[in-house]
Amino acid sequence: MAIQDGGLSLTQQRQRAAFWFLAPMLAALFFVAAWPLMRTIWFSLTDTTLSDLYGGEFIGFDNYLSVRVLESGRWIWRGTLVDPAWWNAVWNTVRFAFISVFFETILGLIVALVLNAEFRGRGFVRAAILIPWAIPTIVSARMWSWMLNDQFGIINDILLGLGLIDQKIAWTASTETAMTAVLIVDIWKTTPFMALLILAGLQMVPRDIYEAAKLDGVNPVKVFFKITLPLIRPALAVAIIFRMLDALRIFDLVYVLTPNSAATKTMSVISRENMIDFDKFAYGAAQSTLLFAIIAIFVSLYIWLGKVDLSGEGQK
Amino acid sequence: MTAQKLLSTVGFYTLVVVIVVFSIFPFYYAIVTSFSTGTELFQVNYWPNSFSLANYEAVLGGRNFVRSIWNSVFIATLTVGFALFLAVTASYALARVRFRGRGLLLMMILAVSMFPQIAVLAGLFELVRFLGIFNTPWAMILSYTIFTLPFTVWVLTTFMRDLPVEIEEAAIVDGATPWIIITKVFMPLLWPALVTTGLLAFIGAWNEFLFALTFTSSETTRTVPVAIALLSGASQQEIPWGPIMAASVIVTVPLIILVLIFQRKIVAGLTAGGVKG
Repeated sequence: MAIQDGGLSLTQQRQRAAFWFLAPMLAALFFVAAWPLMRTIWFSLTDTTLSDLYGGEFIGFDNYLSVRVLESGRWIWRGTLVDPAWWNAVWNTVRFAFISVFFETILGLIVALVLNAEFRGRGFVRAAILIPWAIPTIVSARMWSWMLNDQFGIINDILLGLGLIDQKIAWTASTETAMTAVLIVDIWKTTPFMALLILAGLQMVPRDIYEAAKLDGVNPVKVFFKITLPLIRPALAVAIIFRMLDALRIFDLVYVLTPNSAATKTMSVISRENMIDFDKFAYGAAQSTLLFAIIAIFVSLYIWLGKVDLSGEGQK
Repeated sequence: MTAQKLLSTVGFYTLVVVIVVFSIFPFYYAIVTSFSTGTELFQVNYWPNSFSLANYEAVLGGRNFVRSIWNSVFIATLTVGFALFLAVTASYALARVRFRGRGLLLMMILAVSMFPQIAVLAGLFELVRFLGIFNTPWAMILSYTIFTLPFTVWVLTTFMRDLPVEIEEAAIVDGATPWIIITKVFMPLLWPALVTTGLLAFIGAWNEFLFALTFTSSETTRTVPVAIALLSGASQQEIPWGPIMAASVIVTVPLIILVLIFQRKIVAGLTAGGVKG
């Protein structure tokens, strides 16, 4: 490039402009993300309480794990890592994340395949599946808790009518069914999102591949597993990781649909409860730091093992 | 052959009907419930058999719910405006200028959008208290930036990457600075993308619950999701299902209308980014 301006080449000039364009955004992100995250981690190493945010003292890793040896020789372990309530929440979260994402992927794939076919009323179906996605989570939680109501709920009515159950189920209150209730609502709400992401992948597959397969008389099921699935694998991988991350941090649905139920309490719910409701601010901060660590490890592993190109840079 | 074809067509349309019914039924049922009152609420009705506006009057008559709607509109609008303002210039730099560490920066921005919000809750709580904005809309406007900003930057970057390079080259030859290129050349082309991203960010801010629940302490500062989540009756046992459904319908209908109007653009916005396999 021959254009020179004040001794700076065009490239340098553009890079300088880029810096000033990026600076405000990076400053904002530092302010609302990096700084609060560092403070959370710091709080987790102190004994800070909600009422006295600045009165905490550094106590090392005691919120995570500490041991005290009594005179009798007994060892007393304390901290989140030996807290059964925390491990219960970890188990709930992991179980929820895997089951919900599994069903959302399968159902999303089915819905996407339907939407990828050409038929009359396709636009209407696509509009219809956007509705669960558009409804705020809190609203869907309340709508479903009404539908799942033990006495007056329509779900029990339908199931009784079909003869599938012989007595009314307290879906959200009973410990056996609370997780199922949460899963039903989450799958209902997020399958559309999954379907749309997969559909975008499906539409990238050239139509003539299908036509060639059809001419060769290949079985449609075989076409799906041998052609479609490998081709949409990148789209599927990205969709699954986005959903997984969302599922691992779930808070609102559980908080509203099954309040105070140990059967569904997730890591986010238990951290906030300790932090805000139980005045164990630092203890809750330690739990949320652990959740952050778990998610960070999960993302790194997934990107590393799956060779997923999330930045989209590699395609250009 | 034809019998088989007929069977598969019937099977296909059955599947379509099942998908549609599953998607729509819960919202339909909320609408039916919102128009029933008294004892009707306590018998299961599959079809609307009454039309009473009493629940709507109860919800809108209580001053605080209308207040919550205004809070949500105010917070979501400002959050989106703020995010778009910062994102347009930033995504220009990320999409059109080559510099070292660009890929890393993009990954970092994506990482922030995947943050579990609970991980910053303690730190943000301190920040909100420190700035003296606890229990004000500004607490939400500040904290929502953590998910609206990375998202808008990300989507706008993918949109901008696809703009033809010739337009920009022509502008550079004419001596346009990067700022002129953004405001005069790219902005007119970016409007559709801005509308889509803005709408998606708006929905995100409108639906947010964790921060809104934690950073508000009085009924007058609540946002819509918090108001609906905490709507309760005279006693703990008595959940006012009628008014809750009415409130749900009120806040959901505008969203559904917006989503249906912009559905093509929304699908494009949602799938922008990594999904382009």
